Amino acid sequence: MAITFTDAAAERVSAFLADRGKGVGLRLATKTYGCSGMAYVVEFADEVEETDTVFEDHGLKIIIDPKSLVYLDGTEMDYTKEGLNEGFKFNNPNESGECGCGESFTV
Amino acid sequence: MALFQISEPGETAPTEPQEKQLAAGIDLGTTNSLVATVDNEGVAETLPDEQGESLLPSVVRYLENGQTEVGTAAKNSQLNDIDNTISSAKRLLGRGIGDIKTLAGSLPYKFSDSDSSVLHIQTVGGEVTAIEVSAEILKTLKNRAEDALDGPLKGVVITVPAYFDDAQRQATKDAARLADLNVFRLLNEPTAAAVAYGLDQKDTLEERIIAVYDLGGGTFDISILKLNKGVFEVMATGGDSALGGDDFDHAIATWILQESGSDLTHHAMSEARRVKEALTNDDQVSVNLENWQGTLSLAQFNEMVASLVKKTLLACRRALRDADLSKEQVHDVVMVGGSTRMPIIREKVGEFFDKPPLVDIDPDKVVAIGAALQADVLAGNKPDEEMLLLDVIPLSLGLETYGGLVEKVIARNTTIPITRAQEFTTFKDNQTAMTVHVLQGERETVEENRSLAKFALKAIPPMVAGAARIKVTFQVDADGLLNVEAEEETTGVKSNVDVKPSYGLRDTEIEGMIRDSMDNAQADMEARRLREQRVEADRTLEALDSAMKSDSDKMLNNDEIKLLLEARTELKNIKDNSEDSAEVKAAIKHMEKVAEFYVARRMNDNVKTAMQGQSVSDFADTDN
Repeated sequence: MAITFTDAAAERVSAFLADRGKGVGLRLATKTYGCSGMAYVVEFADEVEETDTVFEDHGLKIIIDPKSLVYLDGTEMDYTKEGLNEGFKFNNPNESGECGCGESFTV
Repeated sequence: MALFQISEPGETAPTEPQEKQLAAGIDLGTTNSLVATVDNEGVAETLPDEQGESLLPSVVRYLENGQTEVGTAAKNSQLNDIDNTISSAKRLLGRGIGDIKTLAGSLPYKFSDSDSSVLHIQTVGGEVTAIEVSAEILKTLKNRAEDALDGPLKGVVITVPAYFDDAQRQATKDAARLADLNVFRLLNEPTAAAVAYGLDQKDTLEERIIAVYDLGGGTFDISILKLNKGVFEVMATGGDSALGGDDFDHAIATWILQESGSDLTHHAMSEARRVKEALTNDDQVSVNLENWQGTLSLAQFNEMVASLVKKTLLACRRALRDADLSKEQVHDVVMVGGSTRMPIIREKVGEFFDKPPLVDIDPDKVVAIGAALQADVLAGNKPDEEMLLLDVIPLSLGLETYGGLVEKVIARNTTIPITRAQEFTTFKDNQTAMTVHVLQGERETVEENRSLAKFALKAIPPMVAGAARIKVTFQVDADGLLNVEAEEETTGVKSNVDVKPSYGLRDTEIEGMIRDSMDNAQADMEARRLREQRVEADRTLEALDSAMKSDSDKMLNNDEIKLLLEARTELKNIKDNSEDSAEVKAAIKHMEKVAEFYVARRMNDNVKTAMQGQSVSDFADTDN
C-alpha cells in the first residue's frame, strides 16, 4: 500500500514547502500519546534517514520511519475546513477508534 | 478528529534565550586549570591573570586564619607546607575512602577517618573535601572571568575526563555550585578539544572518527570519538593515570644525576624541566647542575624517553581495539596537553596514525577553548543554524501503562537537556497508589524493554477511575541524568526517582535494541492491539463484577445470573488465552450484548431511585 494526498492536501503541502523555502518533503509519524494510545506527527522533513520509506504522490515526497509505517500504511492525507478551523486530516484505514479530543487514536 | 498543522522538524527542541549572555568554559585540570571565553568577534581565547598567566595551578593552600591561597602562590609554598597545600584534588573527586586506598598511599595528605563516603582531608583551616578544594579553584577562575568580562557569568561549561563516572561528574557539579557557578553542562575533555578545532562544524554528512591524545603533566588519556551529524559519542577511552610530562622530566633528571654524580634531586628535576622545554625548539641544550656542565641532544633525549612514548602508543592501540576500529579509520588526531609539544611525541603519534596530528591550537588551552565555544552556544549567543547538538538520548524513555504496554515519553534521538510531562489517571475506582515503572527501549511491551526504575506514588485520594490527574514529568539534564517525578495534581502528592539511563549499556546493545524494534514493528503492533483489547476486556469484566456485587440479588433471577456468569467465564478465558486481538474484541462485544438487558435495567432503576421521594417542583427548583 502507499500513503497518498488528496488534491487539496497536496496543494497545501506544496504551498507550505514553497513558503518555507527548504525541505525535501513531509514527514508523517505516530507516537504513543494521549488517552487512546497513538498520536500523529506532521513535520517538514529536511533529511531522509536510511531506514525511512519514501512515497511520492502529486510530485511530493512523503517520508515515514519504519515503526510508524505499520500504523500509517494506506493513509490518505486530506486538507479540510471545519468551521473556523482548517488543517490536515488523516484518513487512516488502520485506525479503529479515536479519543474524544481527537488527539489520539487506537489501531 | 483534530486537524493538523505542519511542524518544523524537531520543533520541540529546547529554545534558547536570545540576548547576548556572558559565558565561559573552564578546564578544571589535575595539574592546571584555565578559563576561556568567546569575545565579540566570535574568537575564543583563554583569560590570563594579572601576571599574564593563563594557567592556574590546581593547588589550594589552607591557612590557619581560614583563608586560602590558590594557584601559583599555593604551589610555591607546597614544599614548606605540604599538609595544608592540596594539589591534584581532581583525582579525589567523587571518590570514597575505599576507592582511593590504592591512591592514598602516594598522596601526602592526612585523611580523616569518618563514616561519610566523602573523603575529608585535615588542614590547619579545618577539614576539607576534594569538592571544596575544587570549588576554590573554580571561584578563582570565576572571579578572573567576571573581572575580564565586566559582569556576572550567566553560566559555564566545565570539562571532565571522558571516563569520569556519575559520582565524579556529580562531584564536579557540586564544586561548581559551591563556587556559585551555573553549569550549563559538563563536557568531555576530548570532545571539547575536537570542538576547539571545529571538527563538529565540518560540512560533511559522513561519520568522522577522532582520536584525542592528551598527555598532561601527570596523566595520559587517549579517547576515540565518533562524530555523526554534530553528535559526539565516546567510543573508547584509555590511558595511564600515572604517566605524564613529569616522567619525561624524571628521565632527564636521572641522566643528570648519573652524569654529574650529584644527589641534588630537586635541583636536577627543575633543571630537567628546563632542558625538556628547551629541546622543543633546539636540537642541543647545555645542562647545568652546580659546578657540573653537560650537553643533551634531542636524539639522546628521544632515546631516553622512547619507552614512555611507546607506552602511550600501546594505549592508543588498545583504545582502537576497544572501539573496534583500525588506525586507517581515524580521520583526525587532536593533540592536548603541554607535553604534546615535545617533537618526539608529535612525530611518533603522526607515524602511528599515519597522518599529521592537529597541533595549531596551544595544547594547554585547547580544552578550555572548546568549552568556551560550547558555553557560548549554550548561552544562546549563536543563531539556530549553528546550534551544536552534542548529545542525544540513545533510546526512548517511557512508562509502563496498564496491560504491560509502554508509553514513550521522550523519543530516541531527542537532544538533551529536555523535559517532557504527560498526564495519566487511575484505572480503578478508589485506587490510592500507582506504580511508576520507568522503561527504556523501542519496543511496545514492557518485557521487551529495559527496566530502569520503579517507584510508587502513594496517598492518591480515593476517586472514581479516571478522575485523578497524575502528571509524570521526565527530565533529562545535559549530562544524561534522568529524573522522573509523579504528582497527583489535585492534592500535590509527589514522588520521584533519579536514574542514569545509559548506565551499563554498550553501543552495540543500543543498536541491537533499535534494530529489534524495526524488525518487529509488525509483531509489536499486533502485540499492542492484543494488550489493548485485554485491558478493554478487564474493564468490561470489572464493570460487570462491580454491578453484580451491588445489585444482582435485587435485579436478576438465577437464570439471568447464570447466563451472565457464563458469558463472563467465556470472555475471561478468551482474554487469558487468546493471542488474537480480533477474537478478544469479539468476545467483549459478545459479553456486552449478553449484558445489555442488565445494563438497561440498572439504568432505569437508577433514574427511578434518583427521582424517588421528590416532587416535580423539586426538579424545577434545582433547574433554577
